[in-house]
Amino acid sequence: MHIQEELNQRHVLSLTVSNEAGILARIAGLFTARGYNIDSLTVADITPDHGVSRITIVTNGPPKVIDQIIAQLDRLVPVHKVTDLTESGPFVERELALVKVAGTGEERIEALRLADVFRAKVVDTTIESFIFEITGTTEKIDNFVGLMRQIGLVEVGRTGVVGLIRGKEPV
Amino acid sequence: MAEKSGADILVECLIDLGVEVVFGYPGGAVLPIYDALYNHPTIKHVLVRHEQGATHMAEGYARSTGKPGVVLVTSGPGATNAVTGITDALMDSIPMIVITGQVPTQLIGTDAFQEADTIGITRHCSKHNYLVKSPAKLAGVVHEAFHIATTGRPGPVVIDIPKNVQIATAPYKRPDPIQHASYRPQIKADAAAIDSAVEMLAAAERPIFYTGGGVINSGPDASALLRELAALTGAPVTSTLMGLGAFPATSDQWLGMVGMHGTYEANWSMNQADLIICVGARFDDRVTGRLDAFAPNSRKVHIDIDRSSINKIVDVDVAVVADVASALADMIALWKQRGHDKADLSNWWARIDDWRTKKSLAYAEDGTEIMPQRAIADLYAATRATGKDVIITTEVGQHQMWAAQHFGFDEPNKWLTSGGLGTMGYGFPAAIGAQMGNLDSLVVCIAGDASVQMNIQELGTASQYRLPVKLFILNNEYMGMVRQWQELTYESRYSNSYSDSLPDFVKLGEAYGWTGIRIEEQADLEAGIRTMIETPGPVIVDCRVAKMSNCFPMIPSGAAHTDMLLDPSQVKGSMTDEAKALV
Repeated sequence: MHIQEELNQRHVLSLTVSNEAGILARIAGLFTARGYNIDSLTVADITPDHGVSRITIVTNGPPKVIDQIIAQLDRLVPVHKVTDLTESGPFVERELALVKVAGTGEERIEALRLADVFRAKVVDTTIESFIFEITGTTEKIDNFVGLMRQIGLVEVGRTGVVGLIRGKEPV
Repeated sequence: MAEKSGADILVECLIDLGVEVVFGYPGGAVLPIYDALYNHPTIKHVLVRHEQGATHMAEGYARSTGKPGVVLVTSGPGATNAVTGITDALMDSIPMIVITGQVPTQLIGTDAFQEADTIGITRHCSKHNYLVKSPAKLAGVVHEAFHIATTGRPGPVVIDIPKNVQIATAPYKRPDPIQHASYRPQIKADAAAIDSAVEMLAAAERPIFYTGGGVINSGPDASALLRELAALTGAPVTSTLMGLGAFPATSDQWLGMVGMHGTYEANWSMNQADLIICVGARFDDRVTGRLDAFAPNSRKVHIDIDRSSINKIVDVDVAVVADVASALADMIALWKQRGHDKADLSNWWARIDDWRTKKSLAYAEDGTEIMPQRAIADLYAATRATGKDVIITTEVGQHQMWAAQHFGFDEPNKWLTSGGLGTMGYGFPAAIGAQMGNLDSLVVCIAGDASVQMNIQELGTASQYRLPVKLFILNNEYMGMVRQWQELTYESRYSNSYSDSLPDFVKLGEAYGWTGIRIEEQADLEAGIRTMIETPGPVIVDCRVAKMSNCFPMIPSGAAHTDMLLDPSQVKGSMTDEAKALV
């Protein structure tokens, strides 16, 4: 007997939650307990009184599982609202990465040239290295990191995705 | 305003919330609360023998009274011992409040004596939980916890209170009614969904009501409304294990239980229906059998207060997110308003009557050995004859399924069993809890010889509070359901399913001040049961039943509703790996 896997779709979920102790463990634990995937998760408070946080989760799964994830998240007591950005029309998603690249001579110039193409900023430099700051979609950052790997990538730090729906209405 | 200690605030809250009984066990981290209880004799405290017992007693109390069950245990082992009962209450949607002591806030995280991360451990087995770090916040949390435990889909809520918070003081004022920022269960159904459900029901040729524990949780009104809607439509009714009693077993429209050990007529009706109205049930694997063969030609309406239950396992055509009573009332009102008549279901009923002729619950008897099914049937007849209010609890295993098959329930809240988690050790403490909440009722725990030993220590609790529970043990000297599966799947290799070294249950009961009765032959069965019922005080019955009898009908794992095993001759003794891998 072999265990079969289902085809997955990527979804970006945006949650507003009460900013209380243990909320992140509650959400992350729900994903592990029910066998759901987390590709990235970001969290920060978004109201002046620090009472509400936005959590953005990139997950993947078959449509039925995504529907369950949303229903299960919505059921948690401190969760105010769950929005599937992928399903709710056009939306903007961004991720920020810091990319450390080492090299000298032609490699160094090529790194700068590529950074310019990707509109990455230099935020630290030594004679033999740069740290680039780049924002964009996950795919754009993947591409940039892939190119830098060929030049002299040392390491990467990424924030994970945040997103909002387009237009004047809130999520 | 005069300040009160956290412990006093907690007890004030319990009184304000109408709590009459607390099931608990003292310990270092709850001593201040126990001292506060000492000064408030209006709250009855039931001292258990093990914290798991307290949780199941609270479940039994809650399920039989409709009120939330309250548990009070200490930190560390007190809390971890309660975890099984908390999980059980979550799976079966039982309203329960578990108050746990915790080490003082300055010691949290230091591996202090009797410290456990109760909040971390119970986070995913409770509906919600709280660590209260200030006495000023305690009243708000306790009132909110009761609100969350008892509304929406009910469940267990844990309140972890560090010892210094129990001693520190704060002003106490009874909190205003809860307006929760994010927790707002949907009670009233969407009108369009009700409309679709009613029209589908009116047009159906082969409808069936598939009802579950949600009908019981919704309250007595829901059961009454279910009966009314069933009468209006003339459709057959089946139920999950948890829903027994919501619809009367004595009704002509009742098909018996559905699922793995359900009746032939219930499972075939589900399979052949053109419309399934699922009312407060959740398409559990014990109900559906093989999913790709489940009710293949039916449309489905699902009424559930928990949105996450909808489309979780089986895709449905109409989702009605609402409280069962509210949704059924809306459906009945619209049915009448539209002037729908009872459809002609005579062809459908003719087919059902044909399935009924299989008599799938029949069993062979030799006249001397007591068949377990006979023991249940006689218990049913004898308890009915008393005219008393009868409450039945069970442990988990063959005896549980036989009880579900052969004991008829006509009212909700009279059948208490561990359905979702399947917790051996549930039934006996649940009976004690039910008796605490229903002092004049006849409460009988139907147990197996193996299950009953999992919380047998609670014999002392019943003795202490003079609770006249009846513990009716079907003793076949086996973990019968395990043995049955080994016969079906592993060619009868009985790996560790024999109950060796059983105690003498009669003497064990007597050691705790109970009356003990042994019934060994069918000729003594009726008289033995009568003696059990008529003897005042708690009674333990060691009823020796046929050792090798198995529970039929059965849908083996991986099989469809149409592939039921009706008797032992159909058992092959082995299975494919795919079927073996299913629970």
